[in-house]
Amino acid sequence: MAQYAVLIYSPAPADPMEITPDYLALLDRYPAQVEELGGKIVTGFALQPSTTATAIRGDLVTDGPFIEAKEVVAGFFILEAPDLDVALKIAKLNPATIDGGVEVRPLFTPPAE
Amino acid sequence: MSDAGTAAAERAVADAHRREWAFVLAATARVAGDLDVAEECVQDAYLAALAAWARDGVPDKPGAWLTATAKRKALDVLRREKVFRSKMPLLVEPVEAAEPDEPGEDAVPDDRLRLVFTCCHPALAREAQVALTLRLVCGVATGDIARAFLVSETTMAARVTRAKKKIAAARIPYRVPEAAELPERLDAVLTVIHLLFTTGHTAPTGADLVRVDLVDRAVHLTRMLLALMPDEPEVRGLLALLLLTDARRATRADAEGRLLTLEQQDRSAWDRTAIVEGNALVLGAFRTGRVGRYALQAAIASLHAVAPSYAATDWPQIVRLYDELLKRWPSPVVALNRAVAVSMVDGPTAALAEVDALAADPRLAGYHYLPAIRADLLRRLDRPEAAAEAYRTALDLVDNDAERAFLTARLTETTR
Repeated sequence: MAQYAVLIYSPAPADPMEITPDYLALLDRYPAQVEELGGKIVTGFALQPSTTATAIRGDLVTDGPFIEAKEVVAGFFILEAPDLDVALKIAKLNPATIDGGVEVRPLFTPPAE
Repeated sequence: MSDAGTAAAERAVADAHRREWAFVLAATARVAGDLDVAEECVQDAYLAALAAWARDGVPDKPGAWLTATAKRKALDVLRREKVFRSKMPLLVEPVEAAEPDEPGEDAVPDDRLRLVFTCCHPALAREAQVALTLRLVCGVATGDIARAFLVSETTMAARVTRAKKKIAAARIPYRVPEAAELPERLDAVLTVIHLLFTTGHTAPTGADLVRVDLVDRAVHLTRMLLALMPDEPEVRGLLALLLLTDARRATRADAEGRLLTLEQQDRSAWDRTAIVEGNALVLGAFRTGRVGRYALQAAIASLHAVAPSYAATDWPQIVRLYDELLKRWPSPVVALNRAVAVSMVDGPTAALAEVDALAADPRLAGYHYLPAIRADLLRRLDRPEAAAEAYRTALDLVDNDAERAFLTARLTETTR
């Protein structure tokens, strides 16, 4: 099994308290779908809205996310899947893909000595 | 060893490189579980063949000899590397690696399909898909791929390495997609092959109009794919399209290398054998009742191929085929080509209106065929000033020397 980070992007500011009931219903169904497709969610987090973020670049501390964009990271989860095809199939079903999108990125494991 | 033996071995190795590379690499990749290792081992096997075949004679089944040798080398590498478990992201059948190699053992033909689908995986950028396919499926040297796509060898090598790393790190599987995904995934494969062909057919930049090696690679690759997937009408459609388009190769430029339009080409010099084969493939694809964009494009090429002259072409039928094509593939380039056919049915005025409407499409900004087609319509409408203006716009955008010479000649004619 390989592990992937699935980064969830939603329209800024991606406030989890403003999630619609429809979206919530889709989210509720998601874990079952993940398992059905042969994956497993290892752990996952939702984030406070991007308006609460603070970015630091060098010495400069600024209000807001690191990159100003229409879509911001709303959360992420760690997905275990046999290969990228399964991971992508699972990621495609994530409700975030409706208004925003997701990025699937393999976790780094240091090469064995 | 005799010189004759060496020469025969060299010929046999070159021949096996052309015919069997994909087969050997695909089978080795399954054992090695890593495309990089597989590629290295296959290269070594071809090198070993040069000496061994000169010494012992060419084996009955060169492909099987090469596969067995490359697999053995791959197993050696894996044994040397203790970490081989973690290095095998591609490995589908781990037991296979433990099996003894028997010379003469045939790999399942599916291996080549796995290789093609892995190289053309949608998670890879299109340019990486193209580079990987040429490198891994066709065995073309990285330097030659770089020259074909006019980038430095370093850039191309980095592109191939990056793609191979992504395949390993992200675990892009080494397998043929399931039936449900197949149409979409196959379309990506066909797009890559078609891109190879068009890059060769009208080299986007440079002095020669055609890069024969790329065209031949594309045709060869499609034939291989059709042999492996005989029931896919779009594979048939693509092969037909390539054959029917390439049948005009000898007539696309005159003795001085000047570009000739379809209207000016000597139809008696078109490759009849290719046309006959292409037409049969089109019929075969249409008989399945599942035509896609390649079969439709091939059908259009087929109507051109059988027409006695440009004027006597079945233009109304071509417009109908373009309508079908647009339904399946709503591309502004298709709409532009349709406009040319419309000009032959309803006249240049009707076509000009369609071309002008398309000019607003941002996807066609910078596409030199649009002003070139516009110029031709204006020329036919006897509006020389406007035509000259459009030819100049096209000239600003074109990169291929033969096409530039053609447009310059047309511009001179118009302003005379």
